[in-house]
Amino acid sequence: MARKAAPKRPPALDEARLRQQAIGAQLRQMFEDVVNEPVPGEFLDILRRADSDGADPD
Amino acid sequence: MAGPDRPKMTDTARDDVFKTGLVALIPQLRAFARTLTGDPTAADDLAQDAMIKAWDARASFEIGTNMKAWTFMILRNQFYSEKRRSWRQTQLDQESAERTLVAVDDPSAPIALDELRLGLAMLPSEQREALVLVGAGGFAYEEAAAICGCAVGTVKSRVSRARRALQLILEHGAYDRDGKAASEAMGSILAHAERLSGAR
Repeated sequence: MARKAAPKRPPALDEARLRQQAIGAQLRQMFEDVVNEPVPGEFLDILRRADSDGADPD
Repeated sequence: MAGPDRPKMTDTARDDVFKTGLVALIPQLRAFARTLTGDPTAADDLAQDAMIKAWDARASFEIGTNMKAWTFMILRNQFYSEKRRSWRQTQLDQESAERTLVAVDDPSAPIALDELRLGLAMLPSEQREALVLVGAGGFAYEEAAAICGCAVGTVKSRVSRARRALQLILEHGAYDRDGKAASEAMGSILAHAERLSGAR
């Protein structure tokens, strides 16, 4: 897209695009916020328990 | 991950590889569960159940394939199999009753996290999960389709409908000033979004 002057978009379209970008960014942020939380101990306890159960028949 | 030429791993070695992978995915699973249930406590219960399911099913996982997609699919199945949708509905009803979404006029204004959470909660669940998987979870459409057990085209259309509906929700707010119930107002917003996306 190497146009000198970008064709004028209807303002509504620009707005929609901006709004979508903002929503997308915030959605990722929301997800990342949880990803970055420390993992509660119970999660690792589950796997530790699985370990000590000897976990594995065949 | 195992090297390509490695001979068959012992069960123990395999379990260790699997476990390491699973531990690394816990944060992601918690995040996905949070978007499904909308409630941190219910989400962690769900994510832990999914972890147990994944561990029990580890023999059916092929080491080296996409473990994130595999565990997300298990978590999602767990969510729907236990009718956990009802939690979300309760949660949504409570939140809607307590809060009012405020319409934003500036399109570049940042979206408040609370509003996004609430808006997301108002989407039909299949649209919400598609949008979260693709828009936040980092999955390709193909992967999201595999996780949701539907066609790629279906995921694409759900994502685009979700985006449109979310935008309308955030623009218009959940409550009408005339005091119409939030659910009723939402119904008309979503119906509007459906009409827009239906008119291809």
